[in-house]
Amino acid sequence: MDNTALQNREAETMPQQAPRRMFMPRADVYETPDAIVVVADLPGVDENHIDITLENDVLTIHGRVEPLAPAGHKLAYAEYGEGDYHREFQISNEIDRDAIQAAVKNGVLKLTLPKAGPAKTRKITVKSE
Amino acid sequence: MFRFDPAQEMARLQQQMNELFSGAGGAVHEYPAVNVWTGDEDIIVTAELPGISAEELEIDVHNDTVTIKGARKPLELSESAKPHRGEREFGQFARTLTLPFRVESQNVSASLKHGVLTLTLPKAEADKPRKIAVKAA
Repeated sequence: MDNTALQNREAETMPQQAPRRMFMPRADVYETPDAIVVVADLPGVDENHIDITLENDVLTIHGRVEPLAPAGHKLAYAEYGEGDYHREFQISNEIDRDAIQAAVKNGVLKLTLPKAGPAKTRKITVKSE
Repeated sequence: MFRFDPAQEMARLQQQMNELFSGAGGAVHEYPAVNVWTGDEDIIVTAELPGISAEELEIDVHNDTVTIKGARKPLELSESAKPHRGEREFGQFARTLTLPFRVESQNVSASLKHGVLTLTLPKAEADKPRKIAVKAA
């Protein structure tokens, strides 16, 4: 097969994306009697640009940042990079998954993970074989 | 002639990797980390300042320097709260940047949005490039 044909098809199906850097946001975690609270710095992100998903036992925080590029200006000096934020946390069974709350203010995300009520004990009957 | 010290090389490599992954890093750079965009008429300085509202920030402009000052308050935890992980930094900060020109202080604008500060600093008229007419002798 013609090599160039294969390459062209690949170029069409793969969307052209500039490689985006990913950053791990710094987070403080503390525990109260009722909940576990995660506070993370995500500057440049508002509530419309955060995706928080919980799958199996993994809580994923993903914040999307619109890169700043002021017209008519060149980046002369950079001490920090711009890119999306991504962080994953392992969540235990003791969290009431339906009651998780998230709020963003001034680029700081506050995630409240309420603890589930006491685990119900179940009696298991033993059958004789 | 310097000797190749494998232990030192490993330490240096490790530090470089740490810096790569930690972004600006708290210990390496001053706070806040800034990016500088230059244009013909002005300079735009951006800084990441999450958790700070406009009232808590103080910006001073004088000749060719700009100072960003403020304080980041720590989390207010109740007595019964137990910290598990503390990665965020708090405290007072003050950072002065020296620009390559004097600033027209009346036209400086600053906006703080979602924890990102954007400072637009226009060049003073006196420091704008001036065309010099050349007379034929």
